[in-house]
Amino acid sequence: MTLLSVRNMKTDIGQYAVLNGVSFDVPEGGVFVLLGRNGAGKTTTLRSIMGLWQPSPGSVHFQGQDISGLATADIARLGIAFVPENMGIFGGLTVEENLILATAKGKFDQTRLRRIFDLFPALEQFWSKQAWSLSGGQKQMLSVARAIIEPRALILIDEPTKGLAPSIVAAMGEAFREIAQNATILLVEQNFNFARNLSRDMAVIDDGRVVHSGTMADFAADTDLQGQLLGLSA
Amino acid sequence: MDKLSDTLGRFGGVYLLPVALGAIAFVLIGAPSSWVTLTVAGLAMGMMLFLMASGLSLVFGLMDVLNFGHSAFVSFGAFVAASVLAGLSGWLDSSSALLASAALALALLAAIAFGLAVGLFFETVIIRPVYQDHLRQILITMGALIVSEQVILAVWGGTPITVHRPSFLEGAWIIGDVSIEIYRLFAFTLGACVFVGLMILLNRTRIGLLIRAGVENREMVEALGFKINRLFIGVFMLGSALAALGGAMWAGYETLITPALGGEMMIVVFIVVIIGGLGSIEGTLLGAIIVGLTANYVGYLTPKLALASNMILMMAILMWRPSGLKPAVK
Repeated sequence: MTLLSVRNMKTDIGQYAVLNGVSFDVPEGGVFVLLGRNGAGKTTTLRSIMGLWQPSPGSVHFQGQDISGLATADIARLGIAFVPENMGIFGGLTVEENLILATAKGKFDQTRLRRIFDLFPALEQFWSKQAWSLSGGQKQMLSVARAIIEPRALILIDEPTKGLAPSIVAAMGEAFREIAQNATILLVEQNFNFARNLSRDMAVIDDGRVVHSGTMADFAADTDLQGQLLGLSA
Repeated sequence: MDKLSDTLGRFGGVYLLPVALGAIAFVLIGAPSSWVTLTVAGLAMGMMLFLMASGLSLVFGLMDVLNFGHSAFVSFGAFVAASVLAGLSGWLDSSSALLASAALALALLAAIAFGLAVGLFFETVIIRPVYQDHLRQILITMGALIVSEQVILAVWGGTPITVHRPSFLEGAWIIGDVSIEIYRLFAFTLGACVFVGLMILLNRTRIGLLIRAGVENREMVEALGFKINRLFIGVFMLGSALAALGGAMWAGYETLITPALGGEMMIVVFIVVIIGGLGSIEGTLLGAIIVGLTANYVGYLTPKLALASNMILMMAILMWRPSGLKPAVK
């Protein structure tokens, strides 16, 4: 069943046309990966889905509802969470305050909080610390934790492994696998080795449009296609 | 240098600045009684500046809006309070402290209410069309300040207005050689109460959490499902009301006000916000106290430098800390 359907999405930033008609479907459950070179339009796609940049024309349907043109806050309330490339944490707020802000009613569901602490033990350790004092990996954990502190149907995650140590990347992969058991993740990633082990379905964006989509297993087996679309050598 | 910074940080960091300023002034002034009088005057002035500037700092930090019209709220607050006090002069002149207190409270409440209303008008009609366009913000809010001055001129006239004060706030307490004006103590106490109230609002409530988060990253607040525009209106109105309250207190402090008050206060209010660091209430308080103390100490020691002192102070602090003393984390 399709959870998110993007059709002919075009987004201009200033005078530049960044997306030139992106179309893809994200099935419900698991991890769907958007791959592509730097500047291909991956981040713009996520931000346009989230309403942070207004796409025009084209449409975005989430659970069958047309969400194109909705305000970002309304899109978030429908059950879509966003983990931006810069993590978007509030540095002057404590870990606890960052998380409580993301709760719907200003209080924690203790079961979910326990699950988050199991996934990211560092957050429990630094619970009362201001977020600016966390390491890069801990900030990324906080950003992801904020996205799952409430039940969400879809989580948009933009390049979560960028600049992180290999051990943190591995832990993040484990966390995504577990999160994907209860939600759908739309992951933008340049780290192909990270992405290939996580996802079932994928698409490649280039020059503001989807140039390939299919299963990750097929794409991972086709080194020529990887080289052609991502510039990866065999 | 890092060791010195760490050591200073352990003992209070930038919060030591007003203390250091006071200590230096104590040595230069020589006479302890004059120093105490000037220090109380500086703290009272600082608290009134804090009232005027705190809203601007939040609006600047949260909304990224350069509102040069902010001091119009100060003017309106001053004139509305002066009018209410003039209208209730019978209460002020009566021997009943209760009636005089009621007149003062009504004047301050009227200023706050007017500030809220004008703030709502400003945000929805003048500011909203120019979000994210600093040049247009400067032009349109400067224009709004000029128009506001003309409105005040039309309503209240160009003649300076004398502001009545309740008799219980007149005079001074004399302790030895030291003279402490009662109104200054009142201004200091009111400012301190507002500061505590704002700190509780910002640190102990969900709205405050949202404001602090919004100052850092508006986009992410929206992505968490909150309508930031509603927060903008609320913060803008709160800031306008505080400025109007500051203007009302300033009117009682100066006892003579003119329509040019807003323009005169604009520069000093911006200096306070820039010194303190954008978006930070603690920084604004710190900046306001430093500016208040400096103005009084320099005015006593070298009166010819009084006008330039705040500019020199701002330049020195910005060279040391380009983001101000205590900016909100961005």
